[in-house]
Amino acid sequence: MHKIKSINEFVIKFANVNGSGSTSANEMFAKGVFRLGVPVSPKNIFPSNIQGLPTWFEIRVTEKGYLGRREEIDIAVAMNPQSYAEDVAEIRPGGYLLYDSSWKRNFGRDDINVLDIPLTELCVSEFSNPQLRLLFKNIVYVGALAYLLGMGIDVYVDLISEKFKSKEKLIIPNVKALEMGYNYAKANLANQCDIKVRKSNKNKGMILTNGNDAAGLGCVYAGATVCAWYPITPSTSVAESFIKYCEKLRVDDRTQKNKFAIVQAEDELAAIGMVIGANWNGARAFTATSGPGISLMSEFLGLAYFAEVPTVLFDIQRGGPSTGMPTRTQQSDILCCAYASHGDTKHILLIPSNPTECFEFSVMAFDLADRLQTPIIILSDLDIGMNDFTTKEFKWEDTHMFDRGKVLTKEDLDSMEKFGRYLDIDGDGIPYRTYPGTHSEKGAYFTRGSSHDEYAVYTEDGKVNARNLTRILKKHENAAKLVPKPIIKSVNNSKGVIYFGSSDYSMIEALDELSSDGIILDSMRIRAFPFGKAVHDFIENHDMIFVVEQNRDAQMKKLILAEANVAPDKMISVLCFDGMPITAHFISTEISSYLAEKEVKEIMKK
Amino acid sequence: MTYITKPVNHHPRLKINKLGLTRRDYEGLVSTLCAGCGHDSISAAIIEACFQLNIAAHQVAKLSGIGCSSKTPGYFLKQSHGFNSVHGRMPSIATGANLANHELTYLGVSGDGDTASIGMGQFVHAVRRQLNVVYIIENNGTYGLTKGQFSATNDIESKSKYGEDNLFPAIDLAGMAIHLGASFVARSFSGDKEQLIPLMKAALRHKGFSLIDVISPCVTFNNHKHSTKSYDYVREHNESVASMTDFVTIGNTITASYKHGKNIDISLHDGSILSLQKISKNYNPENKIEAIKKIQQSEQQGKVLTGLLYINPKAKDLKEILHVVDTPLNKLVERDLCPGKEKINQINSSLK
Repeated sequence: MHKIKSINEFVIKFANVNGSGSTSANEMFAKGVFRLGVPVSPKNIFPSNIQGLPTWFEIRVTEKGYLGRREEIDIAVAMNPQSYAEDVAEIRPGGYLLYDSSWKRNFGRDDINVLDIPLTELCVSEFSNPQLRLLFKNIVYVGALAYLLGMGIDVYVDLISEKFKSKEKLIIPNVKALEMGYNYAKANLANQCDIKVRKSNKNKGMILTNGNDAAGLGCVYAGATVCAWYPITPSTSVAESFIKYCEKLRVDDRTQKNKFAIVQAEDELAAIGMVIGANWNGARAFTATSGPGISLMSEFLGLAYFAEVPTVLFDIQRGGPSTGMPTRTQQSDILCCAYASHGDTKHILLIPSNPTECFEFSVMAFDLADRLQTPIIILSDLDIGMNDFTTKEFKWEDTHMFDRGKVLTKEDLDSMEKFGRYLDIDGDGIPYRTYPGTHSEKGAYFTRGSSHDEYAVYTEDGKVNARNLTRILKKHENAAKLVPKPIIKSVNNSKGVIYFGSSDYSMIEALDELSSDGIILDSMRIRAFPFGKAVHDFIENHDMIFVVEQNRDAQMKKLILAEANVAPDKMISVLCFDGMPITAHFISTEISSYLAEKEVKEIMKK
Repeated sequence: MTYITKPVNHHPRLKINKLGLTRRDYEGLVSTLCAGCGHDSISAAIIEACFQLNIAAHQVAKLSGIGCSSKTPGYFLKQSHGFNSVHGRMPSIATGANLANHELTYLGVSGDGDTASIGMGQFVHAVRRQLNVVYIIENNGTYGLTKGQFSATNDIESKSKYGEDNLFPAIDLAGMAIHLGASFVARSFSGDKEQLIPLMKAALRHKGFSLIDVISPCVTFNNHKHSTKSYDYVREHNESVASMTDFVTIGNTITASYKHGKNIDISLHDGSILSLQKISKNYNPENKIEAIKKIQQSEQQGKVLTGLLYINPKAKDLKEILHVVDTPLNKLVERDLCPGKEKINQINSSLK
């Protein structure tokens, strides 16, 4: 029998029943690999369900650092008879299947290596509590894997001890379950697995975390004090992270009172309304949502845009349209966020590609919102939002000061003749604002979504309104200089590729794959909208540009075509929209087959 | 009348309050509403109440939604910041603003369409959260700005100006607010400033959600014979539970005495005393069940029950419920908010 042989490069997939406590065991498995210095990217592929439906957890172990999803499964841990058929079918020839052999089964494949472990029998013999028997099955297979992959047991004993530091009673049975699996594999499955994890040093300066946790932490560091939110997958954990870190870091030592206020709103409309109200009044506030929430918030986004109120909004994109696939990933809210709300509106988008950027961009978002007095939308997605990645450590300097933008103090107002809320004094389109309560005689104004003049007074004079809209556009154009620049890798090729967000991991791998096939492409990762000069130049300087997106309608390409002066013919879409994170294999195949086809066509023409 | 500029000069002997301001200093721009609109009387009552309470106008934030009522914040307290938001969504703006700085006084102005229809969702949750706001509903039973459609507070047997029947029963916002936990609920009439001004003053001093549902006739679209929101109808059917006889701020003693009924004094959170003269025998505005019963009885009898219907002077507000620090959140700076480098290094270590 052929056995796949590999060190530190493989994909292991766990198939579990939702609600059986498997996620924390699978996460622990991943963390063990991470601790041995090998980069990992675990992905929780879960149903929109609380209990009973099949759920999967894929972990890519990759010394080379290719953290994007890879489809072929080297090891399957099949814990769910409901999905045996598809789980077994996915295993590569020569791969391994670990299953609960308390109920023996023939899987009908003679090209894979079946590893029998009677998980239920082992747990029944050791534990009397039925719930624990179920939960510990997961720990038993982690123990077995630790042996099979040659990882040793210590890393997991440490992780269990850390996890249950405050509940010591749980350490002993968990370690017991771990040892049971380890010892069973040692006694019965020695030399059966040729895939190994070997200690490495690739994780120096790296952490294992997800984008939503990082974003919530970023909001704490940015000085956000008000969070209003409405639960929606996959954004919920942004607010939950903010709550968690605030409770740890923002409770006043002396009074035990909170230096933050969090409201679970009645809906997304109220959530964004509270955020606008708080920002209007000088507190940094944010909300987090996903596609359906963006639709609901659109009216308010138009108000914040037109009345020029700073607003920070996280959109953790999921599969659309409508309710769509709430637990799958997509990049399909680009156009609806860029132009959210009726009338002429344009919003600033920040597009992170990894958890570290989720932290950095959320810190930056509050400065940009205050500086530009407009909504800033952070476009993340389920993949980087909810899945852990091996990512760079968070960095912070204590000299960091918030940029609160153009806010007038009482003294500023004292020295002014007349305050005009929407006057463009500096020529950058950004006016000055005042917080309520600043001055007893000057600085008050009326914030409104109806047409207004430079002094915030209602007007139906079309010329005045057009002047105001033009100034707001100027502000938007200036924003291109302040938002994150694209990441460009260029050797002056005539062909290039544009990509963004969570596609980064797979794109890096795909570029390597293509280059080993002789296809060398320049690349540009877009990190914000408006695009700015660097983006325009890259497009200008390439004859053929692939645009890689995780949506059906080529939304980024359309945004580029709408905003930049580009010949549409030179932009070629590579689109993945099945809800699973895009893979390197998909990208490189699409690009190489396009190029091959084009070559054939050209030969035919001649 | 909007083309007439308001004269800046005023009578030299106009009364001056403790801040050295006259009533005129609390005014806003000239109203653009129809002549005789009830809403203008409410604006006048707000001006008078703030003047009498010596409120510094810049410490007030005026918030509104969309509609005739929501335009009125332009017509009073010109030194206050105003926020004319989107239709039915003023409560969320007020909630966020209040969380950012609890020290200001928040005055929310809404209408029956803005609250009882499009804004119902936000209204009920703002009440439930005990938002510290004075929430005034300028209730005329009609959509004035879109020319006279029925609103959800219009009574079932009333007719429109054009003779159409109103097919659906009215939503009673005051009764609902009591159910939902509002700690100050009053109903009044824009044509009765003797009642409205003291109610307004008490609401401004009360901590928690203060609702004043003010019946405010629309002279253009809902002031006809078959309307139950007309000046004539409300005057004829007005039944007051209690008249607000006096409102005494901290440290003053109550000097007024009354011939009829019995006075009850209610201490508010800041030590102000609210003195009520009970007209209705046995009516206790601190008793929620009684208040709801009385409202429903009056409704059955076709009366418009006005006055302070319910008060809980000891209620906690949202800021206290959320256990927020006393320094307004918008005054906290880097050293208060940013956990710093050492903590980020600890967090990094915990994620390894």
